[in-house]
Amino acid sequence: MQITPSASAQSNSCITLNDVLFFYKAGEPALEHITFSVNHGDYLGILGPNGGGKTTLLKIILGLLTPQSGTVRIDNTAPSARASHLHIGYVPQKSEEEQWNFPATVEEVVLMGRTVRAGVLKKYTPADFEAVERAMETTGITAHRTETIATLSGGMRQRILLARALASNPTILILDEPATGVDIAAQEKFYSFLKTLNTHHGLTILFVSHDLDVLARETTSVLCVNRTLISHGPTSEALREEHLEELYGKKVEFAVHRH
Amino acid sequence: MFEFLQYAFFIRAAEAGLIIGIIAPLIGIFLVVRRFSLLSDTLSHVTLAGVALSFLLGTNVILTALVAALAAAFGIEKLRARKLLFSESILALFLSGSLAISAVLFGLAKGFNASVFNALFGSLVTVTESDLVTILILGLIIIISVVLFYKELVMVSFDEQLAEASGISVRAFNAFLIIMAAVTVSLTMRIVGVLLVGALMVIPVLTAMNYRRGFKQTLVIALVVSLVSVAVGLLISFYAGLPTGGTIILINLGLFIISMIP
Repeated sequence: MQITPSASAQSNSCITLNDVLFFYKAGEPALEHITFSVNHGDYLGILGPNGGGKTTLLKIILGLLTPQSGTVRIDNTAPSARASHLHIGYVPQKSEEEQWNFPATVEEVVLMGRTVRAGVLKKYTPADFEAVERAMETTGITAHRTETIATLSGGMRQRILLARALASNPTILILDEPATGVDIAAQEKFYSFLKTLNTHHGLTILFVSHDLDVLARETTSVLCVNRTLISHGPTSEALREEHLEELYGKKVEFAVHRH
Repeated sequence: MFEFLQYAFFIRAAEAGLIIGIIAPLIGIFLVVRRFSLLSDTLSHVTLAGVALSFLLGTNVILTALVAALAAAFGIEKLRARKLLFSESILALFLSGSLAISAVLFGLAKGFNASVFNALFGSLVTVTESDLVTILILGLIIIISVVLFYKELVMVSFDEQLAEASGISVRAFNAFLIIMAAVTVSLTMRIVGVLLVGALMVIPVLTAMNYRRGFKQTLVIALVVSLVSVAVGLLISFYAGLPTGGTIILINLGLFIISMIP
């Protein structure tokens, strides 16, 4: 896959950005000339230095920020459209310990994945509860359903947030540094969940991380961003040495391990 | 034994207390989990300025306080949306600013008297018939609103960015919550007094959170704690002639301490 100049030509694409420009302050673009598309079933890693625009890019795709110019389409709708929100399951970074003092059971958090689908002024239906059951089953947290989130480990909390995102039956899953504050064993388990979701359930995954090793091992394609698009393509191509050098402005000791 | 039932003022206070015992923690829980507990204290100090203004103008106390609280709520949200100042500093600004206004207004309204003490610490006899009607109507509106938007309120409180990314208008729900808080504070201050409104909105929730349950169960425990404290507090203040607000809040503190015992 290459950077597609005319994004709309791709019928299989679920996310397309065309010449996107975004700035917080005029004259200082956080992102510019961003053009790429993501196909259904892709497992895309988004890599870049801190302050390089990874999170901004994510927020644009999620519809939290609107670019000053360029177009963004999620399955042919605008990111702010209800249809787009229903397509995307978002797993936020929630590393601050205090945020987990929120009084809620595992089940209550997963049910939040159905809030928008259920609709304002409407009650949750049996279909909503079935989706919650499935999401808890898939992520292996059913046994913990009545426990409060404050008492659980980092790895378990990560699975709860994943289950919440899955409960809305998304076609695209977006994760922002999901492994922050999670021990290695739990991380490995989490990554194997993601792989299964991608290969068996056909979910498109966008995975923002600064961890080169993980992206090299887990993803099928990578997008390197530092204000502009440095590279985008199959993982081994996109992570070539010259790209990484351009990305970080210095030599990076790194070798892609192939399976 | 049930002589308190013979007094109309006590019945009124009890009926008003029942509504307030429900709405205070009902709105308070959303403020607490969003780490915005001090909003209730700030708005209650603003209502004191409203009370002072009503003394001066001879207007309805609750409604004047409500107008002041809503104006402050609007100002707080505007300043917060600018994102130039910390939320807590904005609260400090409104809290101390409104106390200054109250001091001057009470001065103009000729002095610091018993009714000011009642406004500060609450009293059984301050609840008038028209107060009760106001409390009943606005209290019911709050209860119904929270029931209607419960699942969205929970989600926005859990994680604003997550809610926004899911397509929920966080700004609209923040505005909704702060308006509900302003109304709740204006009603609650009539029973427990301006200085203790925050306590009734926050302490029952903290007590409930000590039991480490889910959101719904935490809310139910908070409601029970709050209602028990209001009922027992009203009776004790009636028989012992103690200030109502202080008595209710002391019971709350006692229940909080009990909840700390493992």
